[in-house]
Amino acid sequence: MKGVAPILATVTLLATVPLITSSNVVLNFLVMALLIALVGQGWNLLGGYGGQYSFGHAAFFGTGAYVTAVLQMQYGVNAWMGFVIGIAAGAVVGALTGAVSFRSGLKGSYFALITLAFAEVLRIIASVTPITGAGVGTLIKLDLRPEAFQFQSRVPFYWIILAMVGISMILMRLIEDSRFGAYLVAVRENEDAARALGVDATRVKLGAMTISAAIAAAGGCFYAQYFLFIDAGIAYGPWISIEALLAPIIGGIGTVFGPLLGALVVKTLGELAKLMTGGAPGLDLVIYGGVLIVVVAFAPRGIAGIVSDMRRRFYRTPPPGENGRG
Amino acid sequence: MVVADPLLRVEAISKRFGGLLAVDKASFVALTGCITALIGPNGAGKTTLFSIISGFMPPCEGRIIYAGEDIVGSPPDRLARRGIARTFQLVQPFAGLTVRENIAVGTHLSRPKRTDALSAAGDIAHTVNLSRYLDRPAASLTVAGRKRLELARALAIEPRLLLLDEVLAGLNPSEIRDMVPVIRMIADRGVTIVMIEHVMQAVMSLAENVFVLSEGRIIAEGSPHAIASDPRVVEAYLGKGAAKRMTAGSIHA
Amino acid sequence: MLSSVILIPAVLNGLMTGAVYALIALGLTLIYGVLHIINFAHGALLTAAMFAAFFAHQWLGLDPYIAAIGLTPIFFGLGYGLQRFIIGPAAHGEDRNILLVTLGLAVVIENALLYAFRADTRTINLPYAFNVIEVGSAFLAVPRVIAFVVVIAVAIALWLIMRWTDTGKAIRAVAKEKLGAELSGIDVAHIYAVTFGLGTACLAIAACLLLPTYYVNPTAGNAFVLIAFTIVVLGGMGSVTGALIGGLFVGVVESMSGLYLGESLGQIGIFVMFILVLLFRPSGLLGERT
Repeated sequence: MKGVAPILATVTLLATVPLITSSNVVLNFLVMALLIALVGQGWNLLGGYGGQYSFGHAAFFGTGAYVTAVLQMQYGVNAWMGFVIGIAAGAVVGALTGAVSFRSGLKGSYFALITLAFAEVLRIIASVTPITGAGVGTLIKLDLRPEAFQFQSRVPFYWIILAMVGISMILMRLIEDSRFGAYLVAVRENEDAARALGVDATRVKLGAMTISAAIAAAGGCFYAQYFLFIDAGIAYGPWISIEALLAPIIGGIGTVFGPLLGALVVKTLGELAKLMTGGAPGLDLVIYGGVLIVVVAFAPRGIAGIVSDMRRRFYRTPPPGENGRG
Repeated sequence: MVVADPLLRVEAISKRFGGLLAVDKASFVALTGCITALIGPNGAGKTTLFSIISGFMPPCEGRIIYAGEDIVGSPPDRLARRGIARTFQLVQPFAGLTVRENIAVGTHLSRPKRTDALSAAGDIAHTVNLSRYLDRPAASLTVAGRKRLELARALAIEPRLLLLDEVLAGLNPSEIRDMVPVIRMIADRGVTIVMIEHVMQAVMSLAENVFVLSEGRIIAEGSPHAIASDPRVVEAYLGKGAAKRMTAGSIHA
Repeated sequence: MLSSVILIPAVLNGLMTGAVYALIALGLTLIYGVLHIINFAHGALLTAAMFAAFFAHQWLGLDPYIAAIGLTPIFFGLGYGLQRFIIGPAAHGEDRNILLVTLGLAVVIENALLYAFRADTRTINLPYAFNVIEVGSAFLAVPRVIAFVVVIAVAIALWLIMRWTDTGKAIRAVAKEKLGAELSGIDVAHIYAVTFGLGTACLAIAACLLLPTYYVNPTAGNAFVLIAFTIVVLGGMGSVTGALIGGLFVGVVESMSGLYLGESLGQIGIFVMFILVLLFRPSGLLGERT
């Protein structure tokens, strides 16, 4: 499963969905799943490949969302321009928080804690600052033209988020096959050993965090355009930080397809929970939390790991090693 | 053998941990292209000294001149890029990666392209007899295999100076016999080696020059044979008066 | 500048609030000191304890201070069980997994409470909630004074347990040298669970001390736990005295910054302090190096 062919095949397949059904419920579901897949892919680069578990990707998602919304509403900037600037702003926030965290040597639980704290600080600031609409939130004015990144139907949105997910997957594949990717994985496995081999661990982690934040910010920009409304609890709230890490962990941490697989599973479970309870809040997240624990306990490599184990058993491949280079 | 300038000159390095003086004004040199051994009883400060030279730990005092420059304060990755490689006494494989991928982290240093790095890793594995295990996970290797991997990774950055921290420890006699010529060959290619080693038979056959570290201090220096019969060395290992007793008992031939 | 007439009561009130912070931080630091994990479920467990105390009052008519007598052993058992049967086995001994498992627990507990009790904010009415004691120029709310006294008593009790009981000695042995403790026959999994239980029991007490003057909703515990994280990092991870002093200190700082900066900025003040402490107090961070 190397190369970009499987990615293109998957994306093409998913792209045909609007030709089969025009159900808004289905499209809405898929858009949200793809959005989580995208932000999850961002988390996956830093957490899955780099081993640095962030509990605060909302910081980047929210920055993307707010920057694009505020630029449009307060400064009359074009939505597409806002989109690009939003992603850049997310990357900057990622680079800054990464720089202070990694230079101070924060790892493991401490890194998780400080990312959480950064996201919370931004949430509080956004909920009191006038320019973000404070507690009320920010509406993006309805302007249903493609130039304004708004569409009559959900279909263009669906294709756009699908394309973004596809691009993020190809990017991940390219990183896997690059020196940067090899260094990032080496840092995850053993930072000292990597340093002894000439890897500037701080720089590698910082690079990963910057790209990771940019991807999450892209998700935030998309969210703002899709719903045309954000507030501090949505943009910087813990829900997105949790779903961002849930998707890759359930789908297969440190794999290209993990976040997409995981996001589809997570969102399906969430919808089932809503059906069972008639939309009462809470139960979907109870299930998410439970699934997270179960996956960590019984399937640490997620769905991707289960699939590859099953394939190995099915084909009876010899254990890796004995002339393993087929 | 031509004795050239020292590639590495350690000058009066001290390291204190709280009240404990782990390294006490230790000085030694590693001549270019030679194998220098650093021996001494457990807890003498050998590994601490290696960690200081390779940039993982700052010394409290002293200078380290490598290729004519003081390198104290440089981080380990910069030193690695300048040609200093080390192995870890407690092997530190990238456990989740294959042997080839492990070595490729090193070969990437001079090869930006993934395919180049991976194929170079194959060549390196060959020189340390790891070819058979190339695509196995590093976690599946035996102790001997892990020591070889440690060595292979260090070689992968094409070092000028190689610091080997007990690469023979934990190996059985036949594994040691296999490993000794590998180290010899690396030196013959012009790599300057400093080795911490407890296996005296290997030190005797490999090293041109030996320094003895005891309680943080260099207490003796010389050829392997001179060192082996130095009473100060015997005492450092076996305790005060041991040399005298041994001569008296004429165990010493 | 504000005069001492306002300042002294602010300091005293800060100390009273800080005592409860200290108790929450005590639980966190105890777990960290022994298990070397940051318990991300601490906030959710505090919320659960607050709900328990609330319903003990609502359904059984128990005063929170009375309820504490029953809730403390119940939460000890809950914490013991969580560590013994969920966190320990699920994490396979890996730090990253523990992180995720405690996060998962937090999400489950918090949202189960949300699902069961909705997002409503609830309070209880106690006849003495607004009584005050006059200390010099300051008027102190009775529940806060009680909280302060109880926290000091709990801290002393905990110290005695650690110092004089066999379990306490075993806990200290495991904290210091896990392998050695294991070799000398101590059941480490049991001691881990006991420690987690003690940490959780602290939360039950804290919840009962908070309820007379505070509200409860499914996210009520979170605000306290971020403060507790700050205290724990400030006081040095795993240090019990650090947690106590840090708690009192943060209580005072919060009370003062609330005075000068207003409510929401005061909240930011806590986070900013938290971030700065994480970044610049390396001694609190040594536990993470391998």
